[in-house]
Amino acid sequence: MGEPVVPAHHHVRGRGPLLVLPPLLTLLTLIRKARHEGKDCHELNARLPPGVLKGREIHVEPTPSRTTGGTAPVAITEEAPPAAAEPTPPQKTEQAPPPKPEQPTPTAPKGDEQAQARHLNSPLLLTMLLLLTLLLQGPIRGALASPVMQSWMTVFVAVTVQALPFLVLGVLLSAAIAVFVPPSFFARALPKNPALAVPVAGVAGAVLPGCECASVPVAGALVRRGVTPAAALAFLLSAPAINPIVLTATAVAFPRNPEMVLARLVAGLLVACAMGWLWLRLGRADWLRPPARASYEGQGRGAAFWGSVRHDVMHAGGFLVVGAMAAATLKAVVPQEWLRAAAGNPVVSVLALAVLAVLLSICSEADAFVAASLSQFSLTARLAFLTVGPMIDLKLFAMQAGTFGRGFALRFAPATFALAVLVAVLTGAVLL
Amino acid sequence: MNRHAQSAVMFLLGATLLHAGSTDLYLRYVKAGLRPLLLLSGAVLIAAAVATLWYERRGTDHGDHADHGDHADHGDHADHEGHADHADHEGHADHHHREPRVSWLLVLPLLALVLVAPPALGSYSAMRSGTALQQAYGYDDLPATGPLRLGVADYAGRAVYDHGRELRGREIKVTGFVALDASGRPYLVRMALNCCAADAQPVKIALTGKIPPVLRPDAWLEATGTYTPERTKDPVNNGPIPYLKVTSARPVAKPSDPYDETWNN
Repeated sequence: MGEPVVPAHHHVRGRGPLLVLPPLLTLLTLIRKARHEGKDCHELNARLPPGVLKGREIHVEPTPSRTTGGTAPVAITEEAPPAAAEPTPPQKTEQAPPPKPEQPTPTAPKGDEQAQARHLNSPLLLTMLLLLTLLLQGPIRGALASPVMQSWMTVFVAVTVQALPFLVLGVLLSAAIAVFVPPSFFARALPKNPALAVPVAGVAGAVLPGCECASVPVAGALVRRGVTPAAALAFLLSAPAINPIVLTATAVAFPRNPEMVLARLVAGLLVACAMGWLWLRLGRADWLRPPARASYEGQGRGAAFWGSVRHDVMHAGGFLVVGAMAAATLKAVVPQEWLRAAAGNPVVSVLALAVLAVLLSICSEADAFVAASLSQFSLTARLAFLTVGPMIDLKLFAMQAGTFGRGFALRFAPATFALAVLVAVLTGAVLL
Repeated sequence: MNRHAQSAVMFLLGATLLHAGSTDLYLRYVKAGLRPLLLLSGAVLIAAAVATLWYERRGTDHGDHADHGDHADHGDHADHEGHADHADHEGHADHHHREPRVSWLLVLPLLALVLVAPPALGSYSAMRSGTALQQAYGYDDLPATGPLRLGVADYAGRAVYDHGRELRGREIKVTGFVALDASGRPYLVRMALNCCAADAQPVKIALTGKIPPVLRPDAWLEATGTYTPERTKDPVNNGPIPYLKVTSARPVAKPSDPYDETWNN
């Protein structure tokens, strides 16, 4: 690459290790502890059938004492920001409270023990990974020096960096609502008549900011709270598609096409309501496996709030990275002619972007920017992308199958896809 | 990935965002206006990492002192987590609880930003896409005397759509990076950006006249020259590319914001 790039690399090479090193050291200590203490066992007791849980409470009880390992990282992490540029030894001394003696959970089944071994390794794995990349940064940079890889990396980092603030914003709001607005409120707010409750729930989705990862658990909670499934499903589909964060992001991504925001709102709402009514007409209760557990109830509000934030950031963030990689590949590797060929035909372009939306599984708070970068496609095709994406994609399908059962997801997903494409085309024809 | 590893990732990610936002690094990837949001989200991520560990620890304290009901709730929460995490990946296996593996991918942007810090999009991307020159609503009057300093998009727009009305007979200075097409013809390019580098599109000026004998792609150049009505078409999308008749050129440092963000306003 050209000369201007080189000083920048030097600059980063100088700072990179400094930035990474202190947390690495803390992690190393953390791992030593983790191997002594059976950390995170309480997470292993997750996924028990409700009946079993009663019996398990006894075993759940000792687990928190095992998480004492958490003590040290708290102290470290709080101090680490200034430490990014400081030597680390003082912190290392702070973080070594003697590990508490542990008792193994005698009744843990074999599968859980295996899972436990896997769990204990995750900080270790993380540290190994970071150390390895740090040691191999020379060869890695060499391998990434070609223009294609540079361009791929730039777009990848750009999509991630650009979407993260929106993701964090959405996750914060979603956590606030999940914690501070009781689900029973939604049940009371909805009309008794299911056919009327569907559009009301659809519109209610518009005021619940959150990405699709958040809306699946919320919809599950609604079903548990006695909301008619049709209304909960309308909510499930509309919430990630048409909430203020998503619409704002769409407006920002399409500064010269404000009608895109309206089209997205209309199409999202229409599909959500249509799917709700379709469920009323054709849906059968035995397709639906209601989720067993309430979300963050019974915890302190702070714990529930930050738990929700952590959960959403890690989930949606991971899938966001998948989407960023796919978008970067599209932008940097796939020849422009290839996409232009698909973009040329109006029918193929709509279907191509609809399928792309399913495959990319981009968070709905970030997908508008990816759609904006697909500038060779018509606005209608991109509307299909924006309508299908938040309603059905690979990760949503997995989440729905896990929450409502596979029989449900296998019927619900194709219907949603077909309806979303249809409505997007109709809306595009009228509004765009 | 267990909670401690999760908070480590969140912390590192937040610190990286703060680092990128507090230096000019972020300008390689996103528009300048995103800076406050970047810093804010970096801080929130760090707060979430700290809070996760803190509540883990407080849960421990509760475990020492509180009654059974609290534990049941704790288990309850973990169970819910299990459902959601699980559903993501292996909705079928009910008894092997796993944290989502997809979270591991969050390490990638972290490493890319800290270790590699890829440069802003350059000549490779510029020559793969067609010039994105657009007609402005109108062109303001330029100062009547002295050399004109114009952006690439400003010069190209005035040259193509204003027919060089105010450019004739003036000394013009334009800064951009060099890109060479397949036949080796040199262009002066600036990438225009709406939001992030994923939507960056090039605006190109073709160079003629006294071009420096050796031009390396991606080198930043301040070209001094005069308007010429000569034009060419971009081979990628047939967009109009005006010429600049170069009288002299000197290498300059890459600007802190490598993208042209005038379209954002």
